[in-house]
Amino acid sequence: MQKVEYQVLAGPEGYLPPPAALMGVVLPNKGEALVEGRIVLEGDAMRIIAQKLLSAKNPTIFPGPLILWAWNERAVEKAEAVKEMAEAVGAKIIPMPDYRPKYPMINPEEEINPNHPNLTIWHNKIDVCVFVGVHCHYANIALKIIRGGTDCYTIALCGNYGHEDAMISLRDVHAEEVRKLTELIKKAKGREE
Amino acid sequence: MVIEQKVVEQKIVDPEYLFFEAKRQKRFITGSEAVMEAIKRANVDLAISYPITPQSESMHLVGDLYAEGYLKDYYRGENELGVMSAVAGASMGGVRVFTATGGPGTLRAFEMFPTWAGARLPVVCAFFCRGVNSPLTIQPDTIEMGFMLDTGIIMFHAETAQDLFDMILKSYIIAEQPDVHLPIGVFADGFFVTHTRELVELPPDDIKLPPYDPYKSPVPVMDMEIPPVRQMRDPFVMKSNFISYACHASWQQEVRAAGERARKHINKYLGELIEYDNDDADILIMASGTAVSQSREAISIASKEGIKVGLVKIKVLRPFPWQEVKRIARKAKAIIVPEFNITGWLAREIKSVIEDNTKVIGAPRVFGGMTMPVELILEEIRRAAK
Repeated sequence: MQKVEYQVLAGPEGYLPPPAALMGVVLPNKGEALVEGRIVLEGDAMRIIAQKLLSAKNPTIFPGPLILWAWNERAVEKAEAVKEMAEAVGAKIIPMPDYRPKYPMINPEEEINPNHPNLTIWHNKIDVCVFVGVHCHYANIALKIIRGGTDCYTIALCGNYGHEDAMISLRDVHAEEVRKLTELIKKAKGREE
Repeated sequence: MVIEQKVVEQKIVDPEYLFFEAKRQKRFITGSEAVMEAIKRANVDLAISYPITPQSESMHLVGDLYAEGYLKDYYRGENELGVMSAVAGASMGGVRVFTATGGPGTLRAFEMFPTWAGARLPVVCAFFCRGVNSPLTIQPDTIEMGFMLDTGIIMFHAETAQDLFDMILKSYIIAEQPDVHLPIGVFADGFFVTHTRELVELPPDDIKLPPYDPYKSPVPVMDMEIPPVRQMRDPFVMKSNFISYACHASWQQEVRAAGERARKHINKYLGELIEYDNDDADILIMASGTAVSQSREAISIASKEGIKVGLVKIKVLRPFPWQEVKRIARKAKAIIVPEFNITGWLAREIKSVIEDNTKVIGAPRVFGGMTMPVELILEEIRRAAK
């Protein structure tokens, strides 16, 4: 492992890209975020997310099990906030309901799977995607496979400490932070119109 | 006969308070007793034991804790592989666990260590190192640590009973961080640390760590009552195709990435991954475990002979402190690496990260249960000083 100036950029980076954590990218502290491997202020990252989503041809949100299943009130609240954000962007929602490998092949129009997320991205020609409500381990695996095999720009809204392998990653994202992001998106959209 | 389970009342406190602020008192105890004192304050739910020298006494004392009401459950497994599998199941179910083994016990259970790491289980296990067969020895030897280096688990090496106490207690908080969530092995040299007494500073025993929160885990906890997490770590490898194997590869990379993320938390709770003294000296000793204690003595004698020698104590083997070692090694003319094993795994690790590895002297090495006389280290120092 060598520390180099590694940037987490849209791929395809090629077969088995290195985990960004092993290339010297560190997770942000509270109030901070990651943009392409660099630490920035959370507010700045939110503004870049809004721009990326609104300028995308086919923005898509991948909600995971932590918000797809109404297992507590916070999950329901966050799921509703994510749905509002998708509506504000005009984004498609493709769920990741569980982590089981789907064989012989998933229906890429209906779902995404962390073990072969590239299939859903290729099929739907997704250029910007958002991971939210996916357990961190599975999100990291999927984000790296996407970076290796597709040109999709990845954004991760994490409830814990964030994801080095996403091009943009926020940490400590709960319903309130999603709503804040939605407001920024609406404002940016208003300026565009 | 129904045995009523005792429950001891302890106040839950912030880890920072327990580790750094609570007033400590000195006690003259063995390493095995230090293990028991750490588990007493760690809010552990379940401990499972299987005897092997020199570990047996520590898990016996942990069993006493169960009888006193500090643990929710405790039992003896059928063998080491069974114990390590059982703690994996418990950890997967969201329970904070502890166990210990050593030497041949480590080898018997070996399959489970990469399994723990691969399943992202924050198991804390103490390893009391001894020689492995054959020929039979029950005496100290750290060769098993060399075998464990590539399992994906985080590895600490205790020099003293104080280290052992602090490392075990702090391991829970480091292992359970959502961005890490890996097993931690706290290694100590059998007998030298487990069976000798020293002064150990302990916080009060009426306080303990907060409980483990499995719902912050980066993988679903196996809570069969809650729908989103009624999922296992699915076996994608059961299909023979490129995508499956590429996913397996990505999974393994993520386990290594999680180990890398541990650095930040280790620095916060354990201090740096290394400790050093006189690191500007031409001659350095880099060591871990009780080889550090022997080196201190040798350095003290060398100093009286007018030879200045620096000491680097390597506390953490995984993740390896490569940046720190590389930086400190840069100015040294000779780096002596004394070890309690035949393979010299620590010298190998150091050689692999420094710029000029010809200055590494992989000696003295003792093994099979030998002690490390200070004179052996002194001979290397005198030779390097010529």
